Amino acid sequence: MADAIAKSDFLGGEEKAAPKSLVLWRPTAKTGLISWLTTVDHKRIGFLYGISALFFFLVGGVEALLIRLQLAVPNNHVLTSTQYNEMFTMHATTMIFLAIMPLSAAFFNFIMPLQIGARDVAFPRLNAFSFWTFLAGAIIVNLGWFLKSGAPDAGWFSYAPLSTRTYTPGHALDMWVMGIQLLGVASIAASLNFIGTIINLRAPGMTMMRLPVFTWMTLVTAFLIVLAFPAITIALVELMMDRLFGTNFFEVSNGGMPILWTHLFWVFGHPEVYILILPGMGIISEILPTFSRKPLFGYPIVVFSGASIGFLGFGVWSHHMFTTGMGTMGTAAFAFTTMAIAVPTGVKIFNWIGTMWGGHLKMRTPMMFALGFIWLFMLGGFSGVMHAAAPADSQQHNSYFVVAHFHYVLIGGSLFSLLAGIHYWFPLMFGRKVSEFWGKLSFWVIFLGFNTTFFPLHFVGLDGMPRRTFTYDANMGWNQGNLVSTIGAFILGLGVAIYFGVMIYTFFKGERTTKDPWDARTLEWSLPNPPPEYNYRVIPTVHTRDDWWYEKHHQAEVAAEKARHGAEEAAHGGIHMPFQSIYPFTAGIGILIGAIGIAVVDANPDPHVIVGAKLAVTLVGAFIMIVSIYLWSLEGNEGYHLHPEDEEGHS
Amino acid sequence: MSNTATGAIDHHFDPSTSTGIPNKKLLMWLFLASDCMFFGCLISTHLIYRLHPPPGVPSARSVFSIELTSFSTFILLMSSLMMALAVNAIQKNNLKSLRASLLTTIFFGCIFLGCQVYEFNNFVFEKHLTITNSILGTTFFTLTGTHGCHVAVGVFWLMLMYIRTFQPKDVSRDPRWFLRNVLHIVAFLATILLGMRLVLGVVRGMEATGANLGTLGHFAHGYFAELLGAVVSVGLLRWLARPRGEVGFNEANAIDVEMMGLYWHFVDIVWIVIFTVVYLLEYL
Repeated sequence: MADAIAKSDFLGGEEKAAPKSLVLWRPTAKTGLISWLTTVDHKRIGFLYGISALFFFLVGGVEALLIRLQLAVPNNHVLTSTQYNEMFTMHATTMIFLAIMPLSAAFFNFIMPLQIGARDVAFPRLNAFSFWTFLAGAIIVNLGWFLKSGAPDAGWFSYAPLSTRTYTPGHALDMWVMGIQLLGVASIAASLNFIGTIINLRAPGMTMMRLPVFTWMTLVTAFLIVLAFPAITIALVELMMDRLFGTNFFEVSNGGMPILWTHLFWVFGHPEVYILILPGMGIISEILPTFSRKPLFGYPIVVFSGASIGFLGFGVWSHHMFTTGMGTMGTAAFAFTTMAIAVPTGVKIFNWIGTMWGGHLKMRTPMMFALGFIWLFMLGGFSGVMHAAAPADSQQHNSYFVVAHFHYVLIGGSLFSLLAGIHYWFPLMFGRKVSEFWGKLSFWVIFLGFNTTFFPLHFVGLDGMPRRTFTYDANMGWNQGNLVSTIGAFILGLGVAIYFGVMIYTFFKGERTTKDPWDARTLEWSLPNPPPEYNYRVIPTVHTRDDWWYEKHHQAEVAAEKARHGAEEAAHGGIHMPFQSIYPFTAGIGILIGAIGIAVVDANPDPHVIVGAKLAVTLVGAFIMIVSIYLWSLEGNEGYHLHPEDEEGHS
Repeated sequence: MSNTATGAIDHHFDPSTSTGIPNKKLLMWLFLASDCMFFGCLISTHLIYRLHPPPGVPSARSVFSIELTSFSTFILLMSSLMMALAVNAIQKNNLKSLRASLLTTIFFGCIFLGCQVYEFNNFVFEKHLTITNSILGTTFFTLTGTHGCHVAVGVFWLMLMYIRTFQPKDVSRDPRWFLRNVLHIVAFLATILLGMRLVLGVVRGMEATGANLGTLGHFAHGYFAELLGAVVSVGLLRWLARPRGEVGFNEANAIDVEMMGLYWHFVDIVWIVIFTVVYLLEYL
């Protein structure tokens, strides 16, 4: 890795931010607003993702509570049917694209480079660009709340022909289409970066089979994103062409076939499910060994199971479409692959149990959430296998049974693991630790609230209550279940409130911790908390899996090695840091303006006006974006060198 | 950016990465994997709808002109050859050859785009196939148009790379280089757009009245402003390309050119697939 310093790109700006000319000015602020807008530090970008994700998580949570409030009693009138449609559309869109995915991205950004012993991701400015594009997409999707068009209301799947101009006129759905498109661009750009980083920036000795499991799952997830998102991109392009230019992709009268949308959507949509859960599985695979004080049981099997889930994830999409009349062959094939994908998932559960078996379990808060994850995710998995049986699925289809199932895997699975991850890495990120009492209290309230909300929905669903219907009659036998569920939702809301209240308190006033408070195993814990901007003063040399554990037990050997490598690196000019850049941010602004032009501005009805307001705004946005990207490439990937004092020894 | 790297550069191995593959090359391969899925979905859409034509859709054979498309396919293939020569030239630090190869690649790319503009015009105004009036028009124009956008992005990138080869080595000593840079881009874009318009104008004129001197005179009169603009912008290009001291573009930038080359070849390969399954398939 010392050779990185000799890389030709790096020798450009020797310890200075020399202004070449005004347009190629490199910002150097380390605090304040400019420093956040221009940051290329993966840890700061991770925070930006995290904060945005938590904000949208709260927004989505409020939407969920309103939905539950409306369904608490029969024939309720808290929301109108239109508002209800907006709520369930935006609740799903927000939770999937703006809460869980960016929260995972926050961990990818913050933790993954630390785990592989890197100083940043492969393309720091591209990383910043991904975040700003994500934010632009998030704004576009939510813009409808503030405009007279209202929020999107065609469901998070926006099935054609419901989503075509005939049945959903107005700009709300244009905003949904543009917003998801941008979120896709952001996710793909970020994933290209993560894959490049994991493949190319590993510390010496960090072979692929020594990667921490969270990093492995980051890699698999990133591949899923890179290969699955183009399907939704094309689906959205086709829908957008239909809506803006009157093409016939989903126009039945001219030969279009709405089923194409359903296929393209789920070709993306099912891998998306694994995009949501695999990072969580990675986090759990970090937490269980730490608190069981044992290495992960069957590491290669866990890794290969994760990878095979990734592969199989592309072959199961039509199980969302058993009721569309695919024919016996297609139905049987997809039922089979869907059952097959449960196998590697089950294998992982056994590996986690094997990890805890005979370990010295320390029941700290992250461990509680991790155990909650295993239990709840298993329940969600069982109902998932039930859907795989096509005949049974045709009964459960579009009922609250499905709602119960996917909330067990998305909240019980993804969200519990992410909440566990926040607790687990909080000391590393902020140098403070959440009090065990409050942490465990929030866990129990969330656990109780979650099960009270979603367990009754299994029964309500099997009793025939359909999804996405804004109210129901009192004589259907669904009253009790719905009322219990609504009470549960507010308990869950209270639990989440306690969780974040405690987090905010801890951030300001929490107990300070020393380095490595959990006595953990992977490399990120070898850093002082919070980690310095350059991460590793000396790039570590990896000797084994769980390398930090090895370092703790071979201190003399590692110290000598570090001194040697540190001297080599100093001889090469010190630690190389990339310059900050404003252009990823301005490119994001351009994209936002362009998207507003496409999705929000009204087209001029007069056919003689060639450049109306719509085209003008779009072109201005495109121009800003292109100029930003051009200047970004002109300024180059130069950097400066740091010579930090020996601060690690004192922490 | 700088050329202080010592010794010979190995263009196939980068010691600073774990695998030896340069980061930029890896990024481009991954992006192309993503783009494969992108075009895969779009081509599948066309193929699926092709099998289920509603009544009244014109047959593709009655619309297509296979001669023109074969010609533009051949030109695009040749542009890939020039792109490969460009990569080879910069790896040997041969700037002159690099610029010539880049310009030829751009020229061929523009011929391809021009053919597409001509083809689209022809389909819409002569054959009455529009993007809205039939499912064939919808899938055909969306698919080939998306590919055309990829080619246009590639031409734009090639143009910027060509201009980049004139950036002085020490830009801080040459405060006006950035203005020249902007002027260079404007002049190049003007040349491309005016050139295309003129060539299409000549073709249209010849189609209307046949190839004779009278047509040319008529043409020179009708397109006088465009002709003048083209002459001025070509002159500007010549002036901006004159030698002006040492430039900061050399072997170390080979990876940038190679990355662009990967993109260009990929777009070419996609066209071979499109040419086969969209055009040739109709003549089986």
